[in-house]
Amino acid sequence: MSEELYFKGVSELSQMLDRREISAVELAQAFIDRKNAVDPKVGAFLSADESDTLDRATQTDKRIAAGEKLGMLDGIPVGLKDVLAVRGQKLTCASKMLENYVSPYTGTAMKNLESRGAVFFGRLNMDEYAMGSSCENSAFQKTRNPWNLECIPGGSSGGSAAAVAAGECVCSLGSDTGGSIRQPASLCGIVGMKPTYGLVSRYGLAAFASSLDQIGPFARSVKDAAILLNGVAGYDRLDSTSVKCDIPDYAANLSADSLKGKKIGVPKEYFGEGIDSEVRALVEKAIANCKEQGAEVVEISLPHTDLAIPVYYIIATAEASSNLARYDGIRYTHRSKSAKDVVDLYFKSRAEGFGEEVKRRIILGSYVLSSGYYDAYYLRAQKVRTLIRRDFEKAFESVDVIMTPTSPTTAFKIGEKTSDPLAMYLSDICTINVNLAGLPGLSLPCGFASNGLPVGLQMIGKAFDEQNLLSYAYAYEQSAGWSGRNPSL
Amino acid sequence: MEYEAVIGLEVHVQLKTDSKMFTSVAHKFAEPPNTLTDPVVWALPGVLPVLNFEAIRKTIELGLMFGCKIPEITKWDRKNYFYPDSPKNYQLSQYDQPLCEGGGVEIELPGTNRAEMGAHRVVKLTRIHLEEDVGKLTHFATDSLVDYNRAGTPLMEIVSEPDMHSSEEVFAYMTSLKNTISFAGISDCDMEKGQMRADVNVSVRPVGETKLGVKVEMKNLNSISNVRNCIDYEIRRQIECLKKGIPLVQETRRWDAQLGVTQSMRGKEDAHDYRYFPDPDLMPVKISGELLESIKAGLCEMPFDRQRRYMKDYDLPYSVTSVMSIDRGLSEYFEEAVKTYSKNPKAIANYLINDLLRELGAAASAEASESKSGDGFEDLEGEMTVFGHSSHKERLESCRITPANLAGLVKIIDDGVITKQMAKEVFVEMFATGKTAEAIVEEKGLKQNSDTGELEKFALEAMAANRKAVDQFKAGNDKAINALIGPIMKASKGKANPAMVLDTLKKLIAQG
Repeated sequence: MSEELYFKGVSELSQMLDRREISAVELAQAFIDRKNAVDPKVGAFLSADESDTLDRATQTDKRIAAGEKLGMLDGIPVGLKDVLAVRGQKLTCASKMLENYVSPYTGTAMKNLESRGAVFFGRLNMDEYAMGSSCENSAFQKTRNPWNLECIPGGSSGGSAAAVAAGECVCSLGSDTGGSIRQPASLCGIVGMKPTYGLVSRYGLAAFASSLDQIGPFARSVKDAAILLNGVAGYDRLDSTSVKCDIPDYAANLSADSLKGKKIGVPKEYFGEGIDSEVRALVEKAIANCKEQGAEVVEISLPHTDLAIPVYYIIATAEASSNLARYDGIRYTHRSKSAKDVVDLYFKSRAEGFGEEVKRRIILGSYVLSSGYYDAYYLRAQKVRTLIRRDFEKAFESVDVIMTPTSPTTAFKIGEKTSDPLAMYLSDICTINVNLAGLPGLSLPCGFASNGLPVGLQMIGKAFDEQNLLSYAYAYEQSAGWSGRNPSL
Repeated sequence: MEYEAVIGLEVHVQLKTDSKMFTSVAHKFAEPPNTLTDPVVWALPGVLPVLNFEAIRKTIELGLMFGCKIPEITKWDRKNYFYPDSPKNYQLSQYDQPLCEGGGVEIELPGTNRAEMGAHRVVKLTRIHLEEDVGKLTHFATDSLVDYNRAGTPLMEIVSEPDMHSSEEVFAYMTSLKNTISFAGISDCDMEKGQMRADVNVSVRPVGETKLGVKVEMKNLNSISNVRNCIDYEIRRQIECLKKGIPLVQETRRWDAQLGVTQSMRGKEDAHDYRYFPDPDLMPVKISGELLESIKAGLCEMPFDRQRRYMKDYDLPYSVTSVMSIDRGLSEYFEEAVKTYSKNPKAIANYLINDLLRELGAAASAEASESKSGDGFEDLEGEMTVFGHSSHKERLESCRITPANLAGLVKIIDDGVITKQMAKEVFVEMFATGKTAEAIVEEKGLKQNSDTGELEKFALEAMAANRKAVDQFKAGNDKAINALIGPIMKASKGKANPAMVLDTLKKLIAQG
């Protein structure tokens, strides 16, 4: 198989299936072969049930033979972050705690994809319980950046980003709590999107921080990301925070001249200290490109930006401390073999099952919720969160889209920040606010730094305005042409 | 020095809903372990709660019945603590914005005897909130097993103010709660099945003191006798401590029903820090005006109001109304029957409470003993006690005597068609066959003899046979006439209309 095949996009592969140039089983096998060839280097896959993938592809072929193909995603191999529940598949959250856990049910977003015929392929590596920015917190393996195997792919959805960048699957799903889709997309040179909170059901996403988590797509083009988003989005009765709204055909409505006459807000707070100068220059160049397309660029201010990190690490850890309480050694998790009684069972199972970062966050979260500290930390953080949300609301009164860097730097070296959690936390400084405000955010490639590593441009949209956000990204992508560059492995 | 006790209760009541509080799995009693479960009940990775609207509606219904304020916004909070019966290791509950606030529960204290109404007063409520029940642990020598069937069952917590002063008041309070809740169909409140449990807070203070004493909490009392005994013991213990100068400490104590004592479980310093915070998976709920109106429109009458109405409108005795007004089946049956025949509610009530309940009870116990020998299972229903019994509604609904037919029986007695004596036989036949009283009377030829000519003939015969009685009656001994009635009834084979017999005799004696 030619190398181009595994770097092809969803619509092109779908047409090839339509024209019977390739069967779904052949396509799936090609990706299995590709994974087996390059994943020893990349390390994106925690596991892959190849026979299940081929079974799913066989179903597609039957539908194609019967003239009943379900749409563009039918037969397309899609990778899943190992935090998403699919019946009969492992769901480890990259934690020893769930090393042997197999989900007995399928989450809503994945059911939506199944109903469109998508072929699930692989359980992708991540930071344990989605806590981290480099994939180094996985209990099982390191994932490497396909552009430079010495470097991290970003996180927490690092496996999902690396697998797509390396051509091991056509597109993939990740989850984003503070930047966990956008930051690895940026670092791996692909498109990644965190939808508006409530657009995609969280039922079947193992929770890290419930009020911030969203499932979203990774792809090598804006159009593919749009197709995959259509495949998962929609109101779900099983998620009380999911929102009823009209969902257009995002991919069909993409427009290359959508930026014309639009107002781009550039928040000065995102271009200051801590942002690598090359990153800043490339993002500014991308914004200039948008201006050339007829957009107006205005400087704006999001004054509470610098409070994002403390607010996030209070709210997210508080929710996590409670969400992760269910992993207790009693029912389906790792259980310590040396426990003497029930309290000992909790202590030992959790001490053995959770990694350092997870423990750090559980302790922090328990602390901020403790009696006597709740008002000073959690309640206060919620109030500041409201201020952050208002910053964006106010900005969007006068602009159509906000553009910033996605990550302050390009991918860093493996091991570079593992001993300094605060430095690691700062790699999400540009993305966290978007989760706190519940807005849609998208990262797409905007060039390469002198070290050869990709740089991402973040576009932030109005709530439930995914269509326009994708369209602006599409216009920039078509004009700048960074998508389609692939690493050689 | 004289002391008084101050008691407050937190009563947990399982709601009678089709499904659990946050998922669609059914909740029932006595199913095989861990069969009433799903990914949400097991708290598997990725699951989310979905509110049970029926549970919210029923809780508001009860709140409105108790005169609570229903705030416009209510929200859900996580109560965090580790215990193997709690799958998520947090309980979804309501911390600071419960569904119902304030209100009160009317209670009745024991009267001087069973036929007398006792004194009534209102126990103030603090709040009623909604939460989820936990699973059940069973401990063995080296292992413990957990059954999550009960986990996630909708659970109301009814919190009273420290507004009671004796175990009698607490008993009256719990009785009133049970009567109101079970009549409204909100729960069966069967304590044996764990559908109703109480946490009790007791403190004592010198009479006249307004400040509350040191509070002691006893958790999860699962029978009314435990509640009573535990309170009585604890009041005695606390007063004794104060008298001896032993300081009381704020603590949680466990009631040991076997030893009949309370024992310290944990002190204030060991109290859990539940780290409450708003549940991010559930949105706050806005209680709309329309919802409140629709619930208000369907509210049922409070049991004590119903009792007072029965006593006033139908002139029924207290003892009958206190049985009837707390049972939905009996009240509905009674009112339906009275609708058909409104002239003698008292007789209808008597037939219902005495004859019909007796027959139903006999039939039920015959059935129960049959099934007991049949499948070898224990009878889980247990004895019918105030706290064990569930409504008569089902039994009455399957009863062959319809309310209209019972009314029909009373009517033909009143109309003189049959005697009360004969009515007994007719009633038994009605219960067995479901036929109307009229049909049975017709079939069996039980109609009372009201044939004036024939009755006069029997009367003259009787008078001739017993001139002595006639003379005595004439001389002013009214009772003497009874000696004449017997032979007439005998001659008519019991069918003679007693009133007519009396009239006829009086007329003939006066003539002769």
